[in-house]
Amino acid sequence: MEWVDFFLQQLITGLSNGMIIALIAIGYTMVYGIIELINFAHGDLFMLGAFLALTVVGLLGLGDWSGASAWAAVVIMLIASAGFCGVLNWGVDRLAYKPLRNASKLSLLVSAIGASFILVNLGLFWGGLPMDVFAGGVAAAAPKDFPALVPNTNLLGEESLVQFTPKDVLVWAVTVPLMVGLTWIVTRTRLGKAMRATAQNPVAARLMGIDTDRVIGATFLIGGALGGFASVIYSLYNNTISFQMGYRAGMDAFTAAVLGGIGSMPGAVTGALVIGLVRSMSDAYLETRWTNTIVFGILVLILIFRPSGLLGSRAKEKV
Amino acid sequence: MRRLPMPILAYFAVMSALPLFMGTTGLFYDAFQAIFVFSLVGLGLNVVTGFTGLLNLGMAAFMAIGAYTFAILTSDIYPFQIGFWWGILATVAIGAVAGFLLGAPTLGLSGDYLAIVTMGFGEITLDVLKNLDAVTKGTQGINPLPRPTFGPWTLELQQERGWYWLLLGFVLLAVLAVRRLERSRSGRAWLSIREDALASQCMGIPPKRTKMIAFATGSALAALGGALFAALLSSTGEPASYDFQVSILALCIVIVGGMGSVAGTLVGAVVMVGMNSLVLVKLADWAGAAGVGNASNVLASPNNWKYLIFGLALILVVRLKPDGLLPPRLEGGSS
Repeated sequence: MEWVDFFLQQLITGLSNGMIIALIAIGYTMVYGIIELINFAHGDLFMLGAFLALTVVGLLGLGDWSGASAWAAVVIMLIASAGFCGVLNWGVDRLAYKPLRNASKLSLLVSAIGASFILVNLGLFWGGLPMDVFAGGVAAAAPKDFPALVPNTNLLGEESLVQFTPKDVLVWAVTVPLMVGLTWIVTRTRLGKAMRATAQNPVAARLMGIDTDRVIGATFLIGGALGGFASVIYSLYNNTISFQMGYRAGMDAFTAAVLGGIGSMPGAVTGALVIGLVRSMSDAYLETRWTNTIVFGILVLILIFRPSGLLGSRAKEKV
Repeated sequence: MRRLPMPILAYFAVMSALPLFMGTTGLFYDAFQAIFVFSLVGLGLNVVTGFTGLLNLGMAAFMAIGAYTFAILTSDIYPFQIGFWWGILATVAIGAVAGFLLGAPTLGLSGDYLAIVTMGFGEITLDVLKNLDAVTKGTQGINPLPRPTFGPWTLELQQERGWYWLLLGFVLLAVLAVRRLERSRSGRAWLSIREDALASQCMGIPPKRTKMIAFATGSALAALGGALFAALLSSTGEPASYDFQVSILALCIVIVGGMGSVAGTLVGAVVMVGMNSLVLVKLADWAGAAGVGNASNVLASPNNWKYLIFGLALILVVRLKPDGLLPPRLEGGSS
């Protein structure tokens, strides 16, 4: 049954890619939930995370590690990129968004677009670093190869037509615990309670003694760190990165967040899985060149007909 | 009709005299022709974002619709061949209809959702242009396109001064039209919706229809800009000439110039497009002459700083001078 195998293959690819998108989508949805800002710069933050991971590979020579030490290399990259993206996201909020807390939503959105462009440009410069991993810094704008630290061997046996590789294992092994941990933070800890309170009503939260600035900062830190984790597994999964990849990834993730109902974390994950599947199915059964049109089409249709998303029930419009 | 205010009069006086000191060809003309095309797009976005307070991140798509409509209606590879002037008129009309069609289902959305829908529309338009290469001729673009004629006289492509004044004339027409609209019933409704949608609704202003008129006006102006851009090159260029960056350039023009200010938009276009097409190009020339602009150093090529300049312009203006360089003047004690 060849078509079954083919279909299963698309299913695996789609779900794995969907889980990567989900980590980015959570970053969008958390920030939107708390300050109602579409954080345009989030996708480009993700892109810089991948560049940092590649730099770490170059500095420590991780590219030659194999076997068990390859997994150690993966852990090193995950920690480095997550830390970097978390702090960077916090910094972007400090510099570009925090001064505008009382300004109009339009100004805030414009500032986020500006931040996104600056990060893209930093990515372009970063690609020009004179390091071997960046091809010696020549042709800074060209896509960069990311070393295949995680092998592409088929865990289902050489004969199987369906590929399930250590790469897929990596994706699930990183994303699922992170999502469980995040759910625990949001629902069980003091910080999570403060986050939910700030999202619901920042003024009342401040009156109750919650330091909302700190809570918002923490939200950016956590959302950014998730983007950092996503950037490493994305790079290991696809083995090529480019300074322009943030725009595409960001739009996918944002579409996912809107699809699931922006502000809702389970919604973001569900939406991301749907987007991942739509992408892989469209690539396989339709034409690759129409895939982006389909994803954007979904985004536009959802916004027009069901702006609260698939799982979003409380469509609150602040007047 | 009231007289044009001083800054706008000064702008047109300086701009129409400038070519007399600049020779008949060269970088100056490339840059200023681009500045005038983007002034039209900026004036359109100013109606949508500045007057009405709706963020449209898909202006490039309307430019593209204008350019391709004009090309299909006038190029000799298609059967229509209606000539330059009828082509421009038809393009403006179709631009307005396109704005109407996108606006009808989406203008009920709240601010940032509308921004995302327009951005998605921009991406879809770009993909459709790329993928339907049977019609759009893919990266080749549709060419050649007809030149404008004035009676027996035809404006040839290499007559840079003629194009300069022609485009400046279109900008003047657009400025007169926009200022007229601003003072009309629709224009006052736009400002009122921007300031307080609920209050204006109570005063009997229909929000959706008002927004649709603004959207259609803005799209028509962007389409006009696109058509002139194509006519100027005698080609639509490749679809990628109308990407997201172009929409952001239009946004920079309006934000930097001053939202809701016609004079500000004109200045914003000079500053932002001048930066893009004049300063960066000049810097690249100098860097090349000095031998620092080699391919192995990404920092040495001024073109690589473009995103950074756009981004910083947006963030700094929003933070430090939220009303832009030339904020709109409030007349008659309004708002």
